[in-house]
Amino acid sequence: MYKIDKLNELAEIVAEKRAENASLEPKRMTAEEKETLLATFHPDYKQDEFTVLSAGVNKGEKVPSQLAELLQGKSRISAEDVDLSKPNYDTDVLIIGGGGAGASAAIEADEAGAKAMIVTKLRIGDANTMMAEGGIQAADKPNDSPAIHYIDAFGGGHFAAKPELVKNLVTKAPEAIQWLNKLGVEFDKEADGTMVTTHGGGTSRKRMHAAKDYSGAEIMRTLRDEVLNRGIPVVDFTAAIEIILDENGKAAGAVLMNMETKEILVARAKTVIIATGGAGRLHYQGFPTSNHYGATADGLILGYRVGARLLYADTLQYHPTGTGYPEQIFGALVTEKVRSLGAKLVNIDGEVFMNPLETRDVTASSIIRECTERNKGIETHLGKAVWLDTPMIELIHGEGTIEKRIPAMMRMFGKYGIDIRKEPILVYPTLHYQNGGLNISVDCSTDVENLYAAGEVAGGIHGRNRLMGNSLLDVIVFGRDAGKNAAAKAKETAVPEKLTLEHIEKFNSELAQAGIVNETASPMLLPHYARKSK
Amino acid sequence: MDNMINIYLFGKKYQVPSGLTIMTAMEYAGYELVRGCGCRNGFCGACATIYRIKDKQELHACLACQTEVQEGMYVATLPFFPLVKQVYNINEIKPHDQIMMQLYPEIYACIGCNACTKACTQELNVMQYIAYAQRGEYDKCAEESFDCVMCGVCSSRCPAGISHPQVAMLARRLNGKYIAPECEHLNNRVNEINEGTFDKLIEDLMQKPIDEIKELYNNRDIEK
Repeated sequence: MYKIDKLNELAEIVAEKRAENASLEPKRMTAEEKETLLATFHPDYKQDEFTVLSAGVNKGEKVPSQLAELLQGKSRISAEDVDLSKPNYDTDVLIIGGGGAGASAAIEADEAGAKAMIVTKLRIGDANTMMAEGGIQAADKPNDSPAIHYIDAFGGGHFAAKPELVKNLVTKAPEAIQWLNKLGVEFDKEADGTMVTTHGGGTSRKRMHAAKDYSGAEIMRTLRDEVLNRGIPVVDFTAAIEIILDENGKAAGAVLMNMETKEILVARAKTVIIATGGAGRLHYQGFPTSNHYGATADGLILGYRVGARLLYADTLQYHPTGTGYPEQIFGALVTEKVRSLGAKLVNIDGEVFMNPLETRDVTASSIIRECTERNKGIETHLGKAVWLDTPMIELIHGEGTIEKRIPAMMRMFGKYGIDIRKEPILVYPTLHYQNGGLNISVDCSTDVENLYAAGEVAGGIHGRNRLMGNSLLDVIVFGRDAGKNAAAKAKETAVPEKLTLEHIEKFNSELAQAGIVNETASPMLLPHYARKSK
Repeated sequence: MDNMINIYLFGKKYQVPSGLTIMTAMEYAGYELVRGCGCRNGFCGACATIYRIKDKQELHACLACQTEVQEGMYVATLPFFPLVKQVYNINEIKPHDQIMMQLYPEIYACIGCNACTKACTQELNVMQYIAYAQRGEYDKCAEESFDCVMCGVCSSRCPAGISHPQVAMLARRLNGKYIAPECEHLNNRVNEINEGTFDKLIEDLMQKPIDEIKELYNNRDIEK
């Protein structure tokens, strides 16, 4: 039951039309309809929320204003603050970030015989990977193929992705699943071993593999366990705050900061992998986020300062179904799997207003239209939202399906008295994913030699919109590749002799020349949620 | 306006609006969290917390990000708990009965007090999954423990010194790798890819002019 009587009354309307709505097959939008919808309602098209960069390698391009503030912000150190002559850590491959991509990279670098080390500002596994609920794509069924996966991913990303990256993503997908399975990751399977797969928004085949609705958690905790079994050093509660270069401008390590004691440390490495994830905690355009506490775009800042170019940094993914109510879980992710299993999106009058399995950008825009122009949203003190009719799942697949397939969702709402098996839930778009990021080549290298990037921090794989299940896939495929390639490169690289932080002053003078006065400490590291700091 | 209530963070009294979670109440009180805060969505186990309501006896455990504050709540967070994790090579161990005896023998010292189950922040039947592990029923242990976020509260309450989340982690990996059925269509597809079956198809797609690929995408057949 909802604590607000009005919501219970409105939920009744949804219940009355449930049987009729369940049998509907809402039509898909045409390409033109989608284009108009996106241009009118998608947040990426709100020009006044973006700032054109005045300094750095992407000078002249627009990025979200909160990101521009950090990209053109102030380093937490000056070169003279740091003694680079006596590194505290020496390693072959330095991996910044302990999420799915970082852990995969570490395992593969270790497997290749390189000395790998992870630094992470929180704990290993504190990452968006841990929170991915719905699943991971791979074209491994007989009616599917990597070529069909390619078309889905490339088209879903509005034909903007780098083709060679998409190719790498889809052709290595089945092997990624096999690799995970051999590490002991559990996948939902039939008794004969056949994978239980469903659709995601924008997929043309059912290729979403899952581990209930803890898909990312199951993958992440297994990768973490493997990292620990291998004895790979994990320096936790330690953030990277600047990349260190050698005298030839190649990446050669990072300046680290202990998050608790603020002690500054130096890590020297032959190659560096940035795997710091996304930026949801920058709350672009005031949106809530489904992201991890540490998702503050640090990797983009680290890379940008040393000259690594950004690609599509102006495109963000707003997940259509963030929690719209209650406030305790406002903005939290309601997995797309809920729609994969048959729940439809319904407005205040109980009408199904779209096919629930359009791509995420289209679905989010459609929900925003329903709540604004069409005025068919459901209002609470948190703003407007639409219904996601979860009980429809049990109507279609039988009682018990929700508990078996989406237990995390049932638990999350159950804590606030809402039984998603019996009552519909309120949803509204939430800031979910950074579609773009550091520009990479197919070997995961950035524009700076010996500097690699993998996972959400990298750009170009998903074009301007990512499909559900292609992010977990991306962190595994490109995380592993980054680990292998950075290890191979480390083997042919000598220990860097002369370390420098000259880029800080260089970037500062570029900012000064552009007339930018900005005292914002950058990278941000953690969002400022304490009331005193507001 | 908000209805203010009294809570006690590590014994110190603060007034916070009702309706906040323990985590957001701490931030309202002025804490800049570094420890004890992770995904903020109930998946990572960083914010294990114990609390007791003033003048009541029962001790509760929860995740701070998933629990609403109550009047008179005495809160202590448990941002780290020293679980014992044994190191093993997943390719060398096998899912036989003795593996738990070798790696986590303390599970056989379980006295059946059920304190772990009572403390679980995910409401799992922890003692039951330990019983499955004792008996070598790793598939059942894996299923029963599946929603574990490894926060460690169970272990903090255990008189036998068991690190339940790590026992379950081992059981799940054994189940995923060795016990659950092999997936034939997956293995077949990996072989096909390694033989280069799809290379030309994809190369062709990569070469296509944008209008052609748009046409393909907009008219593709979608599985029901």
